[in-house]
Amino acid sequence: MTSAVAQEDAPVPVAARGRRSSLTRSRIRAAWAFIAPSLIILALIAGWPLARTIWFSFTDANLNNLSDYEFIGFENYLANYDGEWLGLLTDPDWWHSVWNTVWFTLVSVSIETVLGIVVALILNAAFPGRGLMRAIILIPWAIPTIVSAKMWNWMLHDQFGVINDMLLRLGLIAAPITWTANPDTALWTVVMVDVWKTTPFMALLILAALQMLPGDIYEAAKVDGVHPVRVFFRVTLPLIKPALLVAVIFRALDSLRVFDLIYVLTANSRDTMSMSVYARQQLVDFQEVGLGSAASTLIFLIIALLVVITLAAGRVRLGEDPR
Amino acid sequence: MADVVLKSVQKSFGKAKVIHGVDLDIRDGEFVVFVGPSGCGKSTLLRLIAGLEDITAGDLFIGGERVNDLAPAKRGIAMVFQSYALYPHMNVYDNMAFGLELAKSSRQEIDRKVREAARLLQIEQLLDRKPRQLSGGQRQRVAIGRAIVRDPKVFLFDEPLSNLDAALRVQTRIEIAKLHTDTRATMIYVTHDQVEAMTLADRIVVLNAGRIEQVGTPLELYHRPANLFVAGFIGSPQMNLIECQVAGFGSSEVLVSLPGGGSLSVPVKPDGVQAGDAVTLGIRPDHVRIGPEGALTGRVELVEELGENHLLYVDAGQGRRLTIREPGDARHEAGSTVSLDLAREFCHLFRHTGEALRTQADATTPTSPNLTSSAV
Repeated sequence: MTSAVAQEDAPVPVAARGRRSSLTRSRIRAAWAFIAPSLIILALIAGWPLARTIWFSFTDANLNNLSDYEFIGFENYLANYDGEWLGLLTDPDWWHSVWNTVWFTLVSVSIETVLGIVVALILNAAFPGRGLMRAIILIPWAIPTIVSAKMWNWMLHDQFGVINDMLLRLGLIAAPITWTANPDTALWTVVMVDVWKTTPFMALLILAALQMLPGDIYEAAKVDGVHPVRVFFRVTLPLIKPALLVAVIFRALDSLRVFDLIYVLTANSRDTMSMSVYARQQLVDFQEVGLGSAASTLIFLIIALLVVITLAAGRVRLGEDPR
Repeated sequence: MADVVLKSVQKSFGKAKVIHGVDLDIRDGEFVVFVGPSGCGKSTLLRLIAGLEDITAGDLFIGGERVNDLAPAKRGIAMVFQSYALYPHMNVYDNMAFGLELAKSSRQEIDRKVREAARLLQIEQLLDRKPRQLSGGQRQRVAIGRAIVRDPKVFLFDEPLSNLDAALRVQTRIEIAKLHTDTRATMIYVTHDQVEAMTLADRIVVLNAGRIEQVGTPLELYHRPANLFVAGFIGSPQMNLIECQVAGFGSSEVLVSLPGGGSLSVPVKPDGVQAGDAVTLGIRPDHVRIGPEGALTGRVELVEELGENHLLYVDAGQGRRLTIREPGDARHEAGSTVSLDLAREFCHLFRHTGEALRTQADATTPTSPNLTSSAV
């Protein structure tokens, strides 16, 4: 951290930009040679399926026979038959799944962020057995989602689940609760399991940010007699904000695509159906590849839009080094 | 304003004892510098005074009040850190005001204090800047400003200049001295740089391995080091130390036999030394002269020209290397043989335990490790 002036790169003279030296040219060639394999693989495993999905969304393709389809334009999205509007954009189930997904993302990521900060602050403090605690807390994150979802499914089972049993014995409830089937509790249950699973990930990212903070400013605050709560909100939080924002974006992206957790816990229940579950239902259960692809394309667009909005909102902070 | 009194203060980290019972009396308005090699406990001692570390045993009084169990903020101190410890996301103004906002000061009062400190430190034009937009010297001034606005009874400085380049260090040193003159606050300053210690201190506390070696004014320490450690630590280039033996003594002088056959009468009180005792003769590089009939002879190994003076490194036999500082340009080349004249009135003698033998002058103003009451 020298002076601000020294950190800025000198502007490249116009003449130098026009004629690149042979050294620069060979460096650029080498760079392309190194990047090319990953670009090719990305194009094959991400670009091609994406392009194919978008293309299918404009066709009437069916899972029975994927080679026989016709281009039907935007009819999967929106079409007018004899004055009646049809298509994905008119399907209340689709909009319900969009709402479910957004609600799930907002609630679960908020809870995970707050809990993640709390856990990270605890793990950042010096106490005996801290190393062990840091390892233990990662266990929920390390278990595959399918496994943990199935595990919770059993624990939450209305007749044989340990959770109902415990609550009954404690006298907190009078009758077993059908956690995953009851519309009132289903989505909250999904949120709870997601929080259980991904809070460690948040905590770990935030802990990494906390450990980057200089210790001396906390001593300065101590000498100045600033209350610890105030130090947290005025010093710690602003300083970890960039890392926090990255963690939130990561988690939000995951949450917006949520599938396995909801599918295992509640199957195709309309109450908890996320966008991805909806798309799978159209594609596989109803064999409507065209409509399913349209849903998938919309998921892609919605997520892309939300990321752009988040990044634009966070740019001021992200671009600026707080130190 | 307040005095700071340490009574057999000890500090242990687990089983490792780092401060072994320090007694010190720092008077109101005094500028005291803790100096010593790295790991001697000087920073730990400062952090004990600040309250950033708990005192294991002993008592600490600030302004007459026992503050062992008082939080740092309640001790009436302000601290300037080596790394500045500025809040990176706050501008200069907020950095200085942050600590005041809770102290029940009104907004106008905070504003007045911050602007006053900024004016004093000439950083008024920087109030809107973030720390990363400042140079090292400017950051250090902000850190000092943050201490000033708290209006502390005692300022604590933890190696505040060590991250600055040489020129800025001199300039900031002068500013800190001026700040002390202006505020007359008690200041405790930790450094490993003896030039900072000599120039800033009313009194210097030399620490070694968690113990006080000597307390005294800069010149006391320079002219009358209480022991070998202080003799070797204060003064640059280091004092020359020559192993020798006591050959005889009078009432106020000790005759030592030098390696190589010569002998020298040193005007110190014998105070129980016996003929044949091993002692160490100490003499500063400025007090060794190249003369025609010196007590030692040696071969010049290396010459360092510094412009206003020059240093000669002389091998006086058996790997014994003496440093000589003479004014002006060197008149001897490397490889030449010279005869060295030791000015006897500037010689120090140390027992094999390291303790210095007193001179006649010491008798009137004695120096000892426990001295805490000499003149400022």
